[in-house]
Amino acid sequence: MHNKTLAELAAGLRAGEFSSEELTRHLLARIGRLDPRLNSVITLTEERALAQARAADARLATGEVGPLTGIPFLHKDIFCTDGVRTSCGSRMLDNFEAPYDATVTEKLAAAGAVMLGKTNMDEFAMGSSNETSFYGPVKNPWDLERVPGGSSGGSAAAVAARLAPAATGTDTGGSIRQPAALCGITGIKPTYGRVSRWGMIAFASSLDQGGPMTRTAEDAALMLAAMAGFDERDSTSIDRPVDDYAAALGRPLQGLRIGLPKEYFGEGLDAAVGAAIEAAIDEYRKLGAEVQDISLPNTALAVPAYYVVAPAECSSNLSRFDGVRFGHRCENPRDLEDLYVRSRGEGFGAEVKRRIMVGTYALSAGYYDAYYLKAQQVRQLIRKDFIDAFEQVDLILGPTSPTPAFRLGEKADDPVTMYLSDIYTIAVNLAGLPGLSIPAGFVDGLPVGLQLIGSYFDEARLLNAAHQYQQVTDWHGRVPEGFE
Amino acid sequence: MALDTETVSKIAHLARLGVDEAEFDTYVRNLSDILAFVEQLNAVDTSGVPPLAHPLDEKQRLREDRVTETDQRDKFQKIAPRTEAGLYLVPKVIE
Repeated sequence: MHNKTLAELAAGLRAGEFSSEELTRHLLARIGRLDPRLNSVITLTEERALAQARAADARLATGEVGPLTGIPFLHKDIFCTDGVRTSCGSRMLDNFEAPYDATVTEKLAAAGAVMLGKTNMDEFAMGSSNETSFYGPVKNPWDLERVPGGSSGGSAAAVAARLAPAATGTDTGGSIRQPAALCGITGIKPTYGRVSRWGMIAFASSLDQGGPMTRTAEDAALMLAAMAGFDERDSTSIDRPVDDYAAALGRPLQGLRIGLPKEYFGEGLDAAVGAAIEAAIDEYRKLGAEVQDISLPNTALAVPAYYVVAPAECSSNLSRFDGVRFGHRCENPRDLEDLYVRSRGEGFGAEVKRRIMVGTYALSAGYYDAYYLKAQQVRQLIRKDFIDAFEQVDLILGPTSPTPAFRLGEKADDPVTMYLSDIYTIAVNLAGLPGLSIPAGFVDGLPVGLQLIGSYFDEARLLNAAHQYQQVTDWHGRVPEGFE
Repeated sequence: MALDTETVSKIAHLARLGVDEAEFDTYVRNLSDILAFVEQLNAVDTSGVPPLAHPLDEKQRLREDRVTETDQRDKFQKIAPRTEAGLYLVPKVIE
């Protein structure tokens, strides 16, 4: 059962080939047996999952079902889940049982999906390797000595290892797309405002966006349809109908205009990754797409602009963790100042502290204009590059990550080198655009990710282009050894 | 921009963030590296470029000023480190 895609499982459930309870028990057992190798799950919610599965089976018996009824999934531990620990990968929230459900949690439950548990992640979603988690690093199922990417590394590893057909992720600078690439799965970061951020623990509020991680584009379409939509509780949610993603999958790509930004194929790109992307471009030509070269001239400024904007917003957002209302509190505080300083000092790990300090500095008196304002102006230039490009092309194509998965510990001591692993994904968040990563080959047994970037609210076209590619390739169907 | 120990100490204080003495030098080095890296932004001419506040130029949505939340104090305080009589407890702040 675990080798079936979400769409195949949905068909099997409707045809009565197996029940949601059987499927759920099968996957729970599989997680119990295989996850010790990966460390992709922080909390398993067995009882809740079985209750949801039985409820789904009751609905399946009536025939009143949707595509996610009875489908098990894993939930990134950044989404609040009522009564279930929501750790965000941090010691700060190790004891935090959220008092309410995130909108995404609620919507997936309403769609009949079965939550198996909560996945490991970089602490507060700050990281590109899943090594900053309080719960220890996640291993890449393709090579257990390598990172799965981050921050949604647990979700990516679990889907790649067939522990669940789907998982949720969040993406502030590449945290869905980069781990999807490094683990050989499909992941889409929707347009900013498409998926509600309510109950999704905030890192950088002007960049954060939730989305699905699956094996195929078709499955991502089914998940995103359930996750997306206006939410009045999120003040940046966009009030706009959700497109019928599944209906758009079958459209032919004849005449689709694809742009290749020359800045995404230059220095820094691993040659073998580049060759895999070139082969994918040929597939798109065969599918009828018209490929042309474009330029996104301000590409090199994206990572530096991001490392002002994201830490600045993080330093504000994470000020709520004060040891008073919830989360970690130090022992025997001398006074209120000591309570704040020690609770935060003990609760946060090194990368989170670095970003809080960079952000605090960038926002401090006398420095605001030089850092934050400047970065927001550069962000405007980056967005304009994309707007200009989308006057010539329908989609932008390039690599998701400059290299395949790197070794655990390889970049852990050098923040700036680690930050550059998101060089192709970060600009998309700064501009608020939708982007997707799909498997497009292997280098030395490690998956390569292809990134497609769309214009605002063009998720249907992105998923369509990804699905058509997956009809003529089988990279997304490969299984890591030991997880068959 | 190379930060000195004193500046990093001041930043940690502003952020109310406890940093181990033993790790201080590493933070000084890492933060200096990060700031040096982001300073390439200074080479860009951004005169007249409006800062981007929202990628879709959306305005903040306003809602009618009415009560939408129910009282869930007991539920919220159940997860608090220390409470008493419906109040959050902190060390004494007024002598």
